[in-house]
Amino acid sequence: MVAQEAHGHGAPQGFIRKYVFSLDHKVIGIQYYFLALAAVFVGMFLSLLMRIHMIWPTAVLPLVGEIKPETYLSLLTMHGTIMVFFVLTTAPQSGFGNYFLPIQIGAPDMAFPVLNMLSFWTTFVAFIVMLAAFFVTGGAPLHGWTGYAPLSALPSAGPGEQLGADLWITSIAIFCIASLMGALNFITTTLDLRAKGMTLMRMPLTCWAWFITAILGLLAFGVLLSAGILLLLDRNLGTSFYVPLVVVNGQVLGHKGGSPLLWQHLFWFFGHPEVYIAILPGMGVASQLLSTFSRKPIFGYKAMVYAIMAIGILGFVVWGHHMFMSGMSPYSAFAFSIMTMCIGVPSAIKTFNWLGTLLHGRIRLHSPMLFAIGFVSLFVSGGLSGPFLAQPVLDIPLHDTYFVVGHFHLIMGVAAIFGIFAATYYWFPKMFGRMMNETLGKIHFFITLAGTYAIFMPMHYLGMAGQTRRYSQFTEVAYQAKLIPLQTFMTFAAFVTIAAQFIFVINLFWSMKKGPKAPDNPWEATTLEWTTATPPPHDNFGGHTPVVNHGPYEYSVPGATRDFILQTDPLTVHQK
Amino acid sequence: MATLTSAVDLKIPRPGGGGGVTEPPVRGGGDGDRGGSYPDYGGRLRRARVGLIAGLTSVTMIFVALTSAYIVRQGLPTYNEVTKTYVRDWMGVNLPVRLLLTNTFLLLLSTVTMELARRRITQRAALAPVASIPGVSLGDDREVPWLGITIVLGFGFLTGQWIAWRELAARGFYVATSPSSSFVYLLTATHAVHLAGGIMALLWAGSMSVLHRPVERRRIVVDVAGWYWHFMGLLWVYVFALLYFAR
Amino acid sequence: MGFALLAVIWLITLISTYFFIAKTWWLPLGASASAAFIDGQFTLTYVLMAIVFLGAQLALGYLVWKYRDGAAAKPVKYSHGNTTLEILWTALTAVLFIGLNLMGSRVWAHERFEPAASGAVPVEATGMQFAWYFRYPGTDGNYGVTNPTLIDPSAGNEAAIGLDSTDPAAKDDVVTGSMYLPVGRQVDLTLRAVDVIHSFFVPNFRFKQDAVPGLAIHMHFTPTQIGDYEIACAELCGLGHYKMHGMVHVVSQEDFDKWLAQREAEKQ
Repeated sequence: MVAQEAHGHGAPQGFIRKYVFSLDHKVIGIQYYFLALAAVFVGMFLSLLMRIHMIWPTAVLPLVGEIKPETYLSLLTMHGTIMVFFVLTTAPQSGFGNYFLPIQIGAPDMAFPVLNMLSFWTTFVAFIVMLAAFFVTGGAPLHGWTGYAPLSALPSAGPGEQLGADLWITSIAIFCIASLMGALNFITTTLDLRAKGMTLMRMPLTCWAWFITAILGLLAFGVLLSAGILLLLDRNLGTSFYVPLVVVNGQVLGHKGGSPLLWQHLFWFFGHPEVYIAILPGMGVASQLLSTFSRKPIFGYKAMVYAIMAIGILGFVVWGHHMFMSGMSPYSAFAFSIMTMCIGVPSAIKTFNWLGTLLHGRIRLHSPMLFAIGFVSLFVSGGLSGPFLAQPVLDIPLHDTYFVVGHFHLIMGVAAIFGIFAATYYWFPKMFGRMMNETLGKIHFFITLAGTYAIFMPMHYLGMAGQTRRYSQFTEVAYQAKLIPLQTFMTFAAFVTIAAQFIFVINLFWSMKKGPKAPDNPWEATTLEWTTATPPPHDNFGGHTPVVNHGPYEYSVPGATRDFILQTDPLTVHQK
Repeated sequence: MATLTSAVDLKIPRPGGGGGVTEPPVRGGGDGDRGGSYPDYGGRLRRARVGLIAGLTSVTMIFVALTSAYIVRQGLPTYNEVTKTYVRDWMGVNLPVRLLLTNTFLLLLSTVTMELARRRITQRAALAPVASIPGVSLGDDREVPWLGITIVLGFGFLTGQWIAWRELAARGFYVATSPSSSFVYLLTATHAVHLAGGIMALLWAGSMSVLHRPVERRRIVVDVAGWYWHFMGLLWVYVFALLYFAR
Repeated sequence: MGFALLAVIWLITLISTYFFIAKTWWLPLGASASAAFIDGQFTLTYVLMAIVFLGAQLALGYLVWKYRDGAAAKPVKYSHGNTTLEILWTALTAVLFIGLNLMGSRVWAHERFEPAASGAVPVEATGMQFAWYFRYPGTDGNYGVTNPTLIDPSAGNEAAIGLDSTDPAAKDDVVTGSMYLPVGRQVDLTLRAVDVIHSFFVPNFRFKQDAVPGLAIHMHFTPTQIGDYEIACAELCGLGHYKMHGMVHVVSQEDFDKWLAQREAEKQ
């Protein structure tokens, strides 16, 4: 516990200092959130074009014209890259984490406010560089978000693989640096700035999630950065890290002796922790909301903490499960597969504990809670296809099919997004001082839940039937052409689901200006952000330092006068 | 809500330069934004060091990735289509060892001067409240500019690395000549980039001195930069050893 | 609201499960020796996961309805959890997952740890943007030398893989655009790639393996039913990935010998 340091700077004046280069973690959190919001609409638009092209490959669309097979692959590459980096690694961690980690631990700001501001603007620059890839000669790269070499290392291997690919790699490198800066800040803040009484085991599970996620980022992004540098060297300086002797378009290229598998090892060593970075904050939010809206402590707080840690640690030793078919040693494959099955265990523990939290509660079904419940459902659905893929022998028919696409979309593309929605509906009153519209929230929830299941559940059927992924159309392979009706259904489900997201956006922006004014603690929650003003003042707690006397989820404590105890409430008969 | 109020109310000249009156550091339940209280430099230093450890962890991971790529590539056989066998194609690089040893000496010397600078400013920061008492002098009129020497040695190291790269090229080893030469340039350049970052931190510390910032704040920068510098020295020894012994 | 949520969750769960049980879209016909085991392991995994899926989703739907807040709601049972239960379900999950994995590893070991049996039919499959070429080593049993500088897909199948006609062992190599295999015999497949990573995937054989430039990967499988089976490239390889399609024709041993003999004759 640390003496509350005098907050280093007073509230800034002037538009630029207040809203552009703000050092206030709350403003920076909102900046990240809006960056992610812009990115998700770009990503969603790309996926809309993809789904249209799959069903009507020869259609000429307004504005975009005809989508050629290579364009489809560029859309696919940029969709994946933008969604994974600029949405799923940004909104849950840098967006909500930045805003609420300091407040939930009772700190006046992040440990390094200037670094925080720089990390946002660096992320912003990375996003601009990424978008620039669309506009250069050759367009955006077509090698998938996974960027396997040699396809990604050879400018002549396809359209978009020239400057577009260099910009893609550069953007990711810049993003790595921004993420490392952010991770450093989150870790130092959590370790050093907790208020008196806020022991690690009294931190809300959201803080644990942000903390462990930051550690994962710290260890993983450096490896991605290295991989990207090696790729840039192969592409531009003629080195052969990843490229063996190859012949492209009849030309023998000057590379020799490189290993395509090296890229895969480096990429997935980062890539697997990355998917846990995408989901852990959502799990933290789900735990927080399930407890709050059931009016019950989270079932098994300690187990939840250990589960997050176990997921984090194990996340670093399973990367080979992306490479079972790659030509990697089958003995390594066996080892990776055992570790992968192990990582299913802490995930299962969390699911049991979420169900245990609901049991015997008094559940209030407001919008944030609906999305938290949806998160649990989607996590179960997406998670259970994991044990199929984790077994190498079952991965043989399923690898690189729609089964995998369905698996990761249910978890990252929907469950993690539901985590972001849940956090938005939950914390909107605190951030903007107004309530979002409940009716619109419920409509948004039901359509999105049904819609995303309608899009992504059928992908498992397609995968079992052998539908390979990253195909721009299905007309060339007879058994795949038979599956087009199911793909058509999914495209129409996508139309409806994408349309429903506009309900959310309208609700978001309209409520910011016109929503009913929010009380300081509309959900009757216990954690520190609900003890302070709405929106919080510049130093979060209005000049005094919180002192914490209780755990984070003291709901319905027997003998208490009301059904929740704020973490800062004075000590009573009950103390946890 | 349990809060502590400040009980003591002494007026002592603000340490480390700058005017105004201050109160002694209040520990436990600080006073937030109330102006004039003595900043918690100890806490800031600890925070900065924790941040440094986190940062060094990520730098370590970069070199772990590059090292594993190096080791893997070294042992990797390449399929020869003509003989239909796998052959190892790793050829060693003719490293300019004497040049690199000279650079190593410069860098290790600079870690010594860096440590001297770090210790001296630690002392001065500790004595800062005393130094501002009228009539008290710490005898700091003519001192060896250890920080400046470190910066010069750092530039010397980078120049020496540049010369070593020129020598490598003269010997026929360019970036793309062979897998081993690629790694030599890659590992040494990555280290050099990080060292350059360290030099910039030292330059910033130097500029803080010129601008008469409080010595406690300068101490934090020099301390963190100092540990970073030592890490860069160790990292260089590691890179050199890897390239030399695991040829 | 609670009931609406239960209904939606249950409907989604039951509809999804129906299509799995009805096998409306399912694994295709298994035409190789390992298909039976792979399909069996698949079914076992699927049954166990289905039980967990149904249990978890139906429980979720039920809980949010049964314990919804309202005038008639019972008081909350305050609890921080149950350590015994935690340990129990952790252990059970670990046993289930790891047990399942170990069961499948036997076939993995057979497929991948051991080389092809002697007497297996040797075939080499080479992937390039955007076609597969298949090479049979001919009566001498040796593959001839290939040279990247000789690669020229516009000059015929042999030139497409850069076959060096000056090598004696290359004289009897047969290179085709379709793969023919005799039924019931193990195939000793060598996978190569010329430019980027491709992947040789035949759903009916439950066979998939990436073809990586710079590597010659040996795999084996045994086709067990006569028929024509499609090959789909299963690793993104460029703009023509979706049409990098091939055919495997599994025929009787006599038909295979006849076909091969005809191809050899065409070379003279």
